Amino acid sequence: MIDALWGWPPPVLDPAGPYAAKVTTLAWSLFALGVIVTLVVIAALWAAIKGPPRVQAMLGGERAIWIGGVAFPGVVLTALLIWGLTLTATLTDPIEGDEMRIRVTGEMWWFRVQYLGDQGRVIMEDANEIHIPVGRPVVLELESADVIHSFWVPHLSGKKDMIPGRRTLLLVEADRPGEFGGVCAEYCGAQHALMGFVAVAHEPAAWNDWRDARLARIAAADGPRGTDLDMARTAAAGDAARGRNLFMDVGCAACHRVAGTDANGLAGPDLTHVGSRRTLGAGILPNHLGTMMGWIGDSQSIKPGNRMPSYDMLSAGELEAIALWLEQQK
Amino acid sequence: MDMGHIYRRAPLARAMALMACACLSACKDPVQTRREPAAETAARGLIAIRDAGCGSCHEIPGLDWPKGRLAPSLNGFDDVGLIAGQLPNRPEVLAAFIRNAPLVKPGSTMPPMPVTRQEARDIASYLYGIDHD
Repeated sequence: MIDALWGWPPPVLDPAGPYAAKVTTLAWSLFALGVIVTLVVIAALWAAIKGPPRVQAMLGGERAIWIGGVAFPGVVLTALLIWGLTLTATLTDPIEGDEMRIRVTGEMWWFRVQYLGDQGRVIMEDANEIHIPVGRPVVLELESADVIHSFWVPHLSGKKDMIPGRRTLLLVEADRPGEFGGVCAEYCGAQHALMGFVAVAHEPAAWNDWRDARLARIAAADGPRGTDLDMARTAAAGDAARGRNLFMDVGCAACHRVAGTDANGLAGPDLTHVGSRRTLGAGILPNHLGTMMGWIGDSQSIKPGNRMPSYDMLSAGELEAIALWLEQQK
Repeated sequence: MDMGHIYRRAPLARAMALMACACLSACKDPVQTRREPAAETAARGLIAIRDAGCGSCHEIPGLDWPKGRLAPSLNGFDDVGLIAGQLPNRPEVLAAFIRNAPLVKPGSTMPPMPVTRQEARDIASYLYGIDHD
C-alpha cells in the first residue's frame, strides 16, 4: 500500500524533482519568515512590559505603529508576494522540446491514466499508476469525469484541481527513481479518502524497456480478437483459462477492457496490465491473488459505494480462477 | 451519559452494580490456554497484516480498515477448535497456513500470501493474542 501522506521524511518536505523542490523552498521560506516575525513580536512585547522606560515610550508612540504595524509588514508581505508568485509561475512554464504527455482523469474514486503519443493520440491505457522516466519533464493533462478532484503527488509537485469540462495542466519531473504515493486532494464523495495512486519513476533505459514491453503486448493483442496469444499464455494454467471465460461470462467485460480479448468496457479501469500494478482499488490494497479475490468478491466491504458491485454470487473457485487470470495480465 | 449521578442518588443501586460485577467475573475463569505473545511480535504481526491486505477478506480486531466479509472473521483464535475446520490449532500450523493455505489444506479457498516465514509467525502471534471476550 502506497501512502502519500505518512512516512519520514514527510513526503511534502522530501522533494524528488525540480518542481516539488521549488514548492518545498517556498514552504521553508514562509516557515522561517514566520519564526522571525514571531520572535520580533515576542521581543517587542517583552520590551514593552519589562523594558526601560525609554524603550517603552518608543514602542507606545504613534511612530512605532507606522513603522512596525504598517511599513514593515507592507514591505515584507509585498516582497513575499512578488517572490512567491514569480516562483510558482515558473511551475507552469511551457516545456521546450522533449516533453511527455499523460492524461489523467479523475473518476469517483480512481484515476484513469492515458499515455499520449504524437498528435495527442492515446497509445497506452492504465489506471491508478503513472510511470515516468527520471530527468524528463512530464505534462499531465488533468480532467474529471464527474466531480472536482485534485491531483497531488507530494514528492513531485503541488496540487492541481481536476475540473469537469476543463483541462488543467500540471508539470512534474522526478530526479531520482522510486515509487511516490499520490492522493486525491479535493473532497469528492464518500470514498475520497480511498482514492490514491502511485507515480513510479524509472531510470530512462528501464522506462524505455517498460514502454516497449507494454506496446508489444498491445500490438500483439491488436490482431483478431481472442487471439491464440492469450490462450497459449494461459494454457499452462487451466484455472486461468477458465477465469478468462468467466470474466467474459459473468459481466466483468461490460465495464472493463482487456486488450486482445472481447472485454471492451470503458466504464471501469482498463485491466490490460492489472497484474503488474502495485496496488488494487486505487492505491489502497497491495496487489496479489488474495486481495484480487477479496476485491472482486466483496469490493463493497472494502470501499463502500464504489461503482463496482460485489460479485458475491461467485463461488470461491470461480473467484480464484478470475483473479488468477487477471494477475497474469501484466 | 453520566452514570455517576445515578449512583450518588441511590446507594442501593451502587451496591447492586458491584454485586453484579462480582457475579459476572465469577462466571468464566480466565482462559489458561491463551498464549500471551510478546508485545513487539504482535505489533509486527499487525503491521504485516496491514501490509499484506488480509483485511480485504477478513475482519480482524485491531485493524480499522478494511473489514472484508468474504472470509471468516478472525476474532479469537485461541478459542477456535480447528484451523479452517480441520487443522490442529497451534501457532506453527497457523503460520504455515497463512503462508500457503492450499499446501497445508488442499482445496482451501484462501490463496498463498506474499509474506515471509517470520511475518507469518508474527501474524499468527497477533491473531492468538486477540481477546475474544
